[in-house]
Amino acid sequence: MAQFTLNINGSSHTVEADPSTPLLWVLRDHLNLVGTKYGCGIAQCGSCTVHLGDVATRSCMLPVASVGNQEVTTIEGLSEAGDHPVQEAWLEEDVPQCGYCQAGQIMTAAALLKQNPNPSDAEIEMAMNGNICRCGTYVRIKKAIRRAADANA
Amino acid sequence: MKHLEVSESRRQFLKASSLAGGGLLLSFNWLASCRFSAEEMGEMPKEWSELNGFLKIADNGQVTIMSPNPEGGQNVKTSMPMIVADELDVDWKSVRVEQAPLNLDAFSFQWLGGSQAIRRGWPGLRQAGASARLMLRTAAAQAWEVDPVEVTTRSGVLEHQPSGRSAGYGAFAAAAALLPVPEEVPLKEPGDFHIIGSSRKNVDGPEIVTGKPLFGSDISEEGMLIAMIVHPTAFGLKIKSVDDSQARNMPGIRDIFTIQILDEAYQKEYFDTLTFNEVVAIVGDSTWQVMQAKKALRITCEPIATREETRLRFGQPYPFVTPSGLESSAGHERQMEEMAVRPGAIRRKDGDPEAAFRRAARIVERSYTGPFLAHNCMEPMTFFADVSPTHARLKGPLQKPELTEKALSARLGMPLEQIDFEMTRLGGGYGRRSYAHWAIEAALISQHMGAPVKLTYSREDDMTAGIYRPAYHVRFRAGLDAENNLIAFHVKAGGIPESPLAANRFPAGAVPHYLAEEWTLDTNLTVGSFRAPRSNFMAASEQSFLDEVAEAAGKDPIEFRLELLEQALTNPVGETNDYDAARYAGVLELVREKSGWANPPDGLYRGVSAYFCHNSYAAQVLDLVMEDGKPRVQNVTCALDCGIVINPDAARNLTEGGIVDGIGNALFAELPFVDGVAQKDNFDRYRMIRMAEAPKAIDVHFVENGMDPTGLGEPMFPPVFAALANALYQATGRRHYRQPFLG
Repeated sequence: MAQFTLNINGSSHTVEADPSTPLLWVLRDHLNLVGTKYGCGIAQCGSCTVHLGDVATRSCMLPVASVGNQEVTTIEGLSEAGDHPVQEAWLEEDVPQCGYCQAGQIMTAAALLKQNPNPSDAEIEMAMNGNICRCGTYVRIKKAIRRAADANA
Repeated sequence: MKHLEVSESRRQFLKASSLAGGGLLLSFNWLASCRFSAEEMGEMPKEWSELNGFLKIADNGQVTIMSPNPEGGQNVKTSMPMIVADELDVDWKSVRVEQAPLNLDAFSFQWLGGSQAIRRGWPGLRQAGASARLMLRTAAAQAWEVDPVEVTTRSGVLEHQPSGRSAGYGAFAAAAALLPVPEEVPLKEPGDFHIIGSSRKNVDGPEIVTGKPLFGSDISEEGMLIAMIVHPTAFGLKIKSVDDSQARNMPGIRDIFTIQILDEAYQKEYFDTLTFNEVVAIVGDSTWQVMQAKKALRITCEPIATREETRLRFGQPYPFVTPSGLESSAGHERQMEEMAVRPGAIRRKDGDPEAAFRRAARIVERSYTGPFLAHNCMEPMTFFADVSPTHARLKGPLQKPELTEKALSARLGMPLEQIDFEMTRLGGGYGRRSYAHWAIEAALISQHMGAPVKLTYSREDDMTAGIYRPAYHVRFRAGLDAENNLIAFHVKAGGIPESPLAANRFPAGAVPHYLAEEWTLDTNLTVGSFRAPRSNFMAASEQSFLDEVAEAAGKDPIEFRLELLEQALTNPVGETNDYDAARYAGVLELVREKSGWANPPDGLYRGVSAYFCHNSYAAQVLDLVMEDGKPRVQNVTCALDCGIVINPDAARNLTEGGIVDGIGNALFAELPFVDGVAQKDNFDRYRMIRMAEAPKAIDVHFVENGMDPTGLGEPMFPPVFAALANALYQATGRRHYRQPFLG
C-alpha cells in the first residue's frame, strides 16, 4: 500500500492503495466516482475512458502509481452542470439505451472534439472505434458528435 | 399524508409504498429524480397523495409515476409512465418517474423479457391513469357540488365549464386519494392521445450523460464488502478442492469460502438455470484486491455425473438431462449434422409433402448452423445484497425479479415477505439477466459475511460462465413445380439443447405440402434466452433460404414472399397458423416503398428479409458496398408493425440498435468450446461490432394502424441477419450458411 495524491476534476484527492491498482478502481472503490465504468479490464471496450490532461485514456489498465500529478477528468467533472456540448448533443439525439457505455463514449468524443473540432465521419469512426456499445447506438453517437461539432463551429 | 379510511383495493396499493421505503412521503426522494433546478420547478411540493400504486400527485400539481418494469435500454422507464400520464391527462413536464420495486400486490408482470412490457402493461397502465383522473374529477365535483360528468380535465387542470370553476390537480389530490379506486373506467380513444405517439426524451438521460450512479455496479453502502467468484474451470466439471493458502493472506481479503447456490433437491424452473451450482466466493475490501486474490486462488475440479431431473416451465414439467463429459464445438457440429439426416419429431404436416417433392420440377435444399453466443452485456453480472437473519434486501439489475425471489426464498428459507428486491437500471440484458443466479450468490455471500456485499463478475467470468444462446442447425427443402410455384416445404430444425422450430409460422399456411420436424441434443453447457430466442436463428436461416428459393424460381424476392402471403391470406393451409398474413405483407410493402426497391441506387448491393416474432412484424432492406473486400453496410430501411408506437423517437432508437446488434452478431459473434472451456473470455477475442462496422444510416418506418401495441425490443433483430446475408450474396455471389459470416 502507498499513498497517492491525485488531481481529479480539479480537486486534490489522497488515496491509499496498492501501486498496481488501476485508476478505474481507485475512482470507483476509493473515491466513489462511479460514472467511469468497468467493462473489460483490458482496454478493449472503452467504458472506463477518462481524460489524462486532454487525452482520452483507458483507466482500467492505468496503474494509479503512473498517474502522478497529471490532471484527471472523469465524466463527473466534464462539466459542472452537465452542459458540455457533447453531453447536450447526447441529450438532443437521445443517444443512450442501457446507458452503461455512454460515459466512456462521451469522454472519448469530448477528447476528440478538443483535438479536432470538426472531424470527418472517418475521423469520428477512427476515434470512437475503441468504444463498444452493445445496444448498438453508434448511428446516434455519430450524429451527436456531429451536432456537438456544429455547435462549436 | 392522511389516510382516514381505505377500501380493500386501496390497501393493496398502500402496501406497495410501505414496502418501497416506509411512509408515503418518505418513499419519494424528490431530489434524486429532479432534472431541473428548484427555480424551474417552482414551489417544492409539501404533500404527496397516492391515488394508486402507479402514481402520486403533489399539492402543487407535480406527478410522480412509478415505472413497474426493469429498464435495460428498451426505454420502458419513459414509455410506460407516458401511457399513465396520457390517460391521467397531465402535462408530461409535470411528471417525475420513479423505478418501482418488485411488488406483485401493486403490479403484475414486472419483467423485462419477450418484448412484452408494453404489450402486457398497456391495459393496466391506462387504467391506472384513467382511474386516477376519474377520482380527481369526482373529488372536484364533490367539493364544487356539481355532477362529476360535468367536470372535465385539460392537462392537469380540472374544469367545470357551466360555473367557470377550475383548479389544478394538486388542489384535489388529497381528497381524491380518499376515494375508492374504481375497478374499471372508460379509456381514451386513440385519436385523443396527446403523449402516447409523441416523442419524449429518456427520463434518465441527464443522469446517464453526467455519470450518476444508476446501475447495480454503482451501489455503495456503508460497510459494504466486494465479492467475486471463482467457478469450475470447465463445463462438465465441479469443484473438488480449493487451495486458498496464498489468496487468503493477501491484502484486503476478508474471507474465501464455497457456496452452493440452490439446494440439490430444489424443484428448478426454467429461469432457475445456473451455470455452476457450487462456486468459490472471495470477499474483500476493494475490487482490485479481490481480483488479485482471485488470480492466486487454486482450485482442482472433478467430472460431474450425468444428472436427470424434471424441471418446470410456467408450471409444465419437462425432463432435463445434464450429461457428464467435456464438450467441444467440433463434436457439437458433427452431432448436429448426424441429427439432421435422421427423422425428427414431426410437429406439423400438411398435405403429402413427400409425394409433392417427388413430383417437384426442382428442389432446393440447404442447411444452416449458428454457434453458441455470449450475451456480453456491457455491465458484467453484478448484484448487491444485505441479508440479516430476518430480512434480505437485494438491489441490482435483473430481468425477472419475481422468479429470482422465489428461488432465493427457498434457498434462504426466508418467506417472500422478508425479501425486498429493488431494481436498478440494467447495463444491458438481452436475456442474460433473466437468469439471476448471481443475485442468489450475492445473498448467500452477504449472509455468510453478516455484511452488505456487492458481487461483481469479471468480464472473463461473465463470458466463460454464461447462459448462452444455444447452438442451432436447420435443414430446409423447397419443392417448385414447373411453373415455379412453391408446392412443398420441409423444415427440420434442432439445437443444443433446444430446438428453434416454430412450426406454425410462415411459410406454414402458404404452402400446400408442408412438413416441420425437430430434434434436440443434451449438453452440460448452460443456455437460455438471447434477444429473440430461437427466432434469431430461424429468421436468419429461413429468410436466407427463401431468398435462394426465390432466385431459383426466377422471382423478385419481395414479390415471391408477397405471393406466398397472399396465398396464406386468401386460401390458408391449416388452422393453426400463428401470424397475420396481411400485417406481414404490410411491412414488406412498406419497406419496398420506403427503400425504393424498384430503383436501387447504383453501386449498392441489396438484400431483403422479413419476420414475425414477439407479436410484431419487421421487414428490412439492407444496402452494402464492398470496401477492400470487406462489406460495409451503408443503409438499412426497416418497416415495423408493432401497433401503436408509444414513443416514436425512442422506438426508432431501439430499432436502430437492434439492427446494429444483429449485424454485429451475424458478422462476428461465436463462442466456441474445447473440452468444456469457452475459447474466448474477453473482447480482445470475442469480436463485437464497432462504430466503423455499423450502418451509416438506418431509416425506420412504423405501420400506423391504431392497433394495441405489441413487442419492440426484439422483432427487428432476427431478420437483419438474413437481409445482410442476402445483400452479401448480391455483392460476392456467395451464400452464407454458417454464423458468423466472417468467422
